[in-house]
Amino acid sequence: MQSSEMLGKTPEVQLPAPVIGPGYTYGSVTDKISSLVLSRRTPLAWFVAFALASLGTAMLFGTIAYLLYGGIGIWGNNVPVGWGFDIVNFVWWVGIGHAGTLISAILLLFRQQWRTSINRFAEAMTLFAIANAGLYPLLHTGRPWFDYWLMPYPNTFGLWPNFRSPLVWDVFAISTYATVSFLFWYTGLIPDLATLRDRAKNPLLRILYGIFALGWRNSAAHWNRYHAAYLMLAALSTPLVVSVHSVVSLDFAAGIVPGWHATMFPPYFVAGAIFSGFAMVLTLSIPLRKAYGLEDFITMRHINNMAKIMLVTGLIVFYGYMMELFMGWYSGSQYEEYLILNRMTGPYAPLYWALILCNGLIPQLLWFRGVRNNLLVLFIISLIVNVGMWLERFVIIVTSLHRDFLPSAWGMYYPTIFDWTMFIGTIGFFLTLLLLFIRVLPVISIFEMRELVPESENA
Amino acid sequence: MNNPTLYGLLAEFTTPEALIEATHKAHDMGYRKMDAYTPYPIEEVGHALGARGTRLPYIVLAGGLVGAIGGYLMQYYASVIDYPLNIGGRPLHSWPSFIPATFEMTVLLAAFAAVLGMLGLNGLPQPYHPVFGVPGFEAATRDRFFLQIEARDPKFDLEETRKFLESFQPEKVSEIERYKYPG
Repeated sequence: MQSSEMLGKTPEVQLPAPVIGPGYTYGSVTDKISSLVLSRRTPLAWFVAFALASLGTAMLFGTIAYLLYGGIGIWGNNVPVGWGFDIVNFVWWVGIGHAGTLISAILLLFRQQWRTSINRFAEAMTLFAIANAGLYPLLHTGRPWFDYWLMPYPNTFGLWPNFRSPLVWDVFAISTYATVSFLFWYTGLIPDLATLRDRAKNPLLRILYGIFALGWRNSAAHWNRYHAAYLMLAALSTPLVVSVHSVVSLDFAAGIVPGWHATMFPPYFVAGAIFSGFAMVLTLSIPLRKAYGLEDFITMRHINNMAKIMLVTGLIVFYGYMMELFMGWYSGSQYEEYLILNRMTGPYAPLYWALILCNGLIPQLLWFRGVRNNLLVLFIISLIVNVGMWLERFVIIVTSLHRDFLPSAWGMYYPTIFDWTMFIGTIGFFLTLLLLFIRVLPVISIFEMRELVPESENA
Repeated sequence: MNNPTLYGLLAEFTTPEALIEATHKAHDMGYRKMDAYTPYPIEEVGHALGARGTRLPYIVLAGGLVGAIGGYLMQYYASVIDYPLNIGGRPLHSWPSFIPATFEMTVLLAAFAAVLGMLGLNGLPQPYHPVFGVPGFEAATRDRFFLQIEARDPKFDLEETRKFLESFQPEKVSEIERYKYPG
C-alpha cells in the first residue's frame, strides 16, 4: 500500500521515504505507543503466538531437565564431532543478537534517524538471543552447577582459568556483551517507563512502572547527563559488538583443525552475525508492524534500509565463502584441500549447497527495489537467510570436525531428538520472552519518537 | 515572607520554543535555581539554563581505566604468579592472549560507570520529588514543557516571579508544594 503511494507521489524526486508517518504530534505518538501496553486489547494473534511459544519453552525446559538427569550423552555429539548442535546454535543465537547492538549503537553514532523506531525492539531481541546462546555452552559443560568455575575468583582450590584459551575469552566476551546490552536497553527504557507510570490508570501498574522508572521526571539537567551517558554507551558498545563475534570466531580460528585455522574468520563472522541479525529483525518486525498497526512508525524506509544492509553483509559473507574455497586451494595443504572437496561432495554436501543457495544466491534478489518493497517476499527471504546462517555454522563446525587429519578418526555426526527439541525449544523461549516484552514494555522508544515529531508535522 | 512549604513555581508551555525563550529570559534576569522538564532531550534548554558540561565522561574514563588495568593485572597475577601453567612452552606472561579479556573488562566497567554515574549524578533513584505533586505534571512525559524556578533562589519572590513567568503566556503557573507529612 505504501510502496504504491511512494511511487505515485513524486516519481521524479528521489526523496527518501519519511521515518515517521505524517500528522503526528508529541501527544499522539506517546498515546499510540503507550496504548499498545496500557489500553489496547491484546490481539488474538498474540495469545495464539504466546501459546505456541510457551509450548516451545516447555519443551526446552523439559529437555534441560532430562539433560541434567541423563548428562550430555543425550545429545548426538561424540568423538570425533565433539561440537555439534550446542555450538552451532550458540553461534547462531549470538549472531542474531548483533543486529540489535548495531542498530542501537552504531546507527546512533552515525546519526541514522531511522534507527529510532526499531532500536528498542532490536535490543530486546539481542538480550533474548544472548540468553538462549548462553544456555548452550553453560549446559555443555556437563555439570552446569559448577559453571561458576568459569569466572576468575580466588578460590580454595588455588585454580584460575587459563587466560591463554579463546574459550575463556569467550566467557568474558559473552558475559560482558549480555551485561552491557542489558544496561543499554534499560537506560533507554527509563524515560519510557516514566511515561508509562504517568499514563497507567491501574494503581498497581503505576507503582510497578514507577519503581523501574527510578523517579525519572524528565528534568533538563537529567536529560543532559542522560544524553551523555547514552552516547558513551553507544561508543562503548560499538567496538564491543565487533569484539564479541571476533572472539567467538577465535574459538575456531585458534585451533588447527582444517577449515577453522583461518585469519579471515573474525571479520567473516562479524559480517555473518549482522547479516543474520538483520534477517531476524525483518522476520519479527514485518508481522509485528502489521499486527499492531505500526506502519507509520516502522515505515517502508526502515524495511528498505534493513534489506539493503542485509544485501551488503550478505555479499561480504558470500565473499567469505569464496575465499574459503580459494584458501583451501592456495594453502597447498592436502588437509585444507580435502576439506573443501569434502564440503562440496562429501556426506554433508547437500547442506553446503543449500547454504550457498540460501546465503549466496537468494539474497541477490535484494538488488531489486520491487523485492525490497514487497513485504511477503522480503519476509520469506529473511526466513531463508536465518536458515542459511544456521547451515553456515553447521557446515563450518561439523564438516571440519568429522574428517580431519587421520582417516581412522573419521566419523559421522547425527543430531538426536533431544538436539532438536532443545533447538526448537530455544526458538520457543525466544518468542515467549519477546511476546512478553511486547505486552508489558513499549516496543518503540517513545521519547526518541517524540524527537522525530517536527519531521512528521512538516511532512 | 515566603511560604515555608513552597518549593517553587512551575510554568507550563505547549511548545519547546516558548520554554526556551522563557528560560533564556529567566537566566538573564538572574535566576539560577531553575530546572526545566521536557518530553525529550532538548539541547538548547540545557544551554538556556546555563548548564555546563557534565563530569560524567571523567567517571566513565575512570571506570574504563580501572577495568583495563585491573583486568590485565588480574590475568598477570593468575597466569604468572599464582598459578603458572606451562602450555606448550609459551611464556607465562603471554600478553597478546591477555588482550581480549582486558578489552572486555574495560568496556564492562566503563559501561557500569556510565549508567551508575548518570543515575548517581542525577540523584536517582528518587522515589518522590515535590514536582510530582503538581496536578497535570504527568504531561511532562507526553507533550508539555515546564519551567521551574525554586523558592530557594535568592531572587525568588512569589508575586514577582509569578508575574515574570506569566509574562510569557504559559498555559498556567502552579505552585509546587513540599510534601506535608500527615499529622
